[in-house]
Amino acid sequence: MNSRRPGEQGNQTWPNRRRLISLAAVVALLVVSPQAALAQRPAVTAPGDIVVVGDAIPAPLTTTQPDAARGRAILLDRAKGNCLICHRLPVATEPFQGTIGPDLSGIGRRLTTSQIRLRLVDQSRLNAATLMPPLYRTAQLVRVDAHYRDKTVLSAIEIEDSVAYLASLKD
Amino acid sequence: MVQSGRTAAVLAFLMIGAAVFSANAQSPDRPASRPASPKHGTVFQSPATQALQADDGANPAMLWVGQGETLWSAPAGPENKSCATCHADGTQSMKGIAATYPKLDPKSGQLLNLESRINQCREQHMHAPAYTYESAQLLALTAYVTIQSRGMPRQVTVDGPAAAHFERGRAFYMTRQGQLNLACAQCHDDNVGEKLRGDTISQGQTLGWPGYRLEWQTMGSLHRRLRACSLGVRAEILPFGSPDYVALELYLAWRSKDLPLESPAVRR
Ligand code: HEC
Ligand code: HEC
Ligand code: HEC
Repeated sequence: MNSRRPGEQGNQTWPNRRRLISLAAVVALLVVSPQAALAQRPAVTAPGDIVVVGDAIPAPLTTTQPDAARGRAILLDRAKGNCLICHRLPVATEPFQGTIGPDLSGIGRRLTTSQIRLRLVDQSRLNAATLMPPLYRTAQLVRVDAHYRDKTVLSAIEIEDSVAYLASLKD
Repeated sequence: MVQSGRTAAVLAFLMIGAAVFSANAQSPDRPASRPASPKHGTVFQSPATQALQADDGANPAMLWVGQGETLWSAPAGPENKSCATCHADGTQSMKGIAATYPKLDPKSGQLLNLESRINQCREQHMHAPAYTYESAQLLALTAYVTIQSRGMPRQVTVDGPAAAHFERGRAFYMTRQGQLNLACAQCHDDNVGEKLRGDTISQGQTLGWPGYRLEWQTMGSLHRRLRACSLGVRAEILPFGSPDYVALELYLAWRSKDLPLESPAVRR
C-alpha cells in the first residue's frame, strides 16, 4: 500500500519495536517468573469452569494461599457461610447449632481436601436431592434475590479458606 | 449413517443430562401431599412461648384483636359505613369465615386472601381507601375476623376454578429457589423437628396467622412470615399480597385441612 502520508514516515519503526518489547515482556513473565504474574492477579476458576474428578475437585479454585483461621470465621459468620444453621462445628462458644446436616467435627479425617472442596462447591453433583446449598455455583438457580443474583455464596478464596479449616478438623 | 447415529447418541446423552440437571434445580414435579401426622406450629415452640399463646390475658396479639373489634364498628368513607353496618355482629357473622380462606371471588375470578377480601369491602362497599398491607389497622381487622374461627377446622376449596391457583401454589412450594437452592418442602416436609439454629422446623402450617412474633416484637401477617422464609434461602422477597404468595397460601391451607385454626399465635 502506498497510502502512507508524509508525516508518518518517522514513526515507521515504532509499532514493530513496541510489539517486540511487549512480546518479550510476556515471554519473560511466562517463562521466567509465572509467580510474579500471578501474584499481581490471582488466577480464579469461574463456577462454570470447575473440573470434577470422581467425587472430588482436585484443583484449588484460586492460586491465593488459603488461611484456615479466616475459613473458621467465614463459616461462623451469619452473613457469609452461616453453616451453623444446619451443621455442628467443634466451636463451644456457639450455643445454637443446627441438626439438618451432619456434624462436621472430624470431617478432615473422613474426607480429603479435594473431596471437601466438591461438597462445598456443589454437593448436588453427588446427591441431586441434597439440602446442602451449592456454595460456588450460579447456574440453574431459580428466583434468586436481586442482591445475590449471579453471585456465588462464597468467593473462590473463601471456599479455599473454608476447605483449609474443615480439612484441619481431625477429631 | 454412522455420523447421524453418533449425533443422536450425543443428543440423547445431553437431553438426559439436561433433564437430570433441571429436575435437580427445581423439583416442581413432587405431588401435593399432607403431613402424615399433622401438627400445629405451636407444638414446636418453647413451653414459655406456648404458655404466652394459651393465655388470652398474656398473649400480646390480643391487643390487635381488641383494636380490630373497635375498627369493626368505626365508620369510614363518604357514606359513613362500618363493617358492622352490613355484617352486624362480627362474632356471629364472621364465624368460620377465615377457615375458608383464601377463596375465589366469584365476581372477579381472583383468588383473595382475608386481607384482600377485607380491603375489597373497604373499597367497593364503603368507598374508603384500602388499608396498606402490614398496617396496624389491616392486621387488627384480620386478627379480629380470624379469631372468630379459632378452634374451627380449615376447609378450603381447591377444585374447579381454584384448581389453577392450587397448582401454582403447589409448584411454588416444591420448587427449589434462592441462592441457597431450597424448596419449602425440603424444610417443612423433609426436616420437621430438626434444629435450624435456634428454631425447630415445624410443618409450616398457617393456622396461627396472623400472629405475634417475638423476634419482630409485633404482630405480622402470614405473608410477612413467608417473606422471612424467602429471605432465609436468599430468594426474591415477593410483595405483600402477591399472587404467588396467595396461591401458596391456598396450597398451605389445603395441607392443614380439618386442623383447627389457632390464630393469634405467638412465635419465637
Ligand atoms: C440448609 C442446610 C445446610 C447449610 C446452610 C449448610 N449445609 Fe452442609 N450439608 C447439609 C446437608 C443436609 C448435608 C448432607 C449431605 C447431603 O444430604 O447431600 C451437608 C453436607 C456437608 C458436607 C459433607 C459432609 C460429609 O460428611 O459428607 C460438608 C463438608 C458441608 N456440608 C459443609 C458445609 C459448610 C462449610 C457450610 C457453610 C458454608 C454448610 N455445609 C452449610 C446441609 C447444609
Ligand atoms: C431452610 C429451611 C426453611 C425453608 C426452605 C423454608 N422455611 Fe418456612 N420456616 C423455617 C423455620 C426455621 C421457621 C420457624 C419455625 C417454624 O415455625 O417452623 C419457618 C416458619 C414457617 C411458617 C410459620 C409456621 C408457624 O406455625 O408459625 C410457615 C407458614 C412457613 N415457614 C412456610 C414456608 C414456605 C411456604 C416456604 C417456601 C417458600 C418455607 N417456609 C421455606 C424454615 C424454612
Ligand atoms: C356496604 C356493605 C358492606 C360493608 C360496609 C362491608 N362489607 Fe364485607 N361484604 C359485603 C358483601 C356484600 C359481601 C359478599 C361478597 C361481595 O359481594 O363482595 C361481603 C363479604 C365480606 C367477607 C367475606 C365473607 C365470606 O363469606 O367469604 C368478609 C371477611 C368481609 N366482608 C369483611 C368485611 C369487613 C372487615 C368490613 C369492614 C372493613 C366489611 N366487610 C364491610 C358487604 C359489606
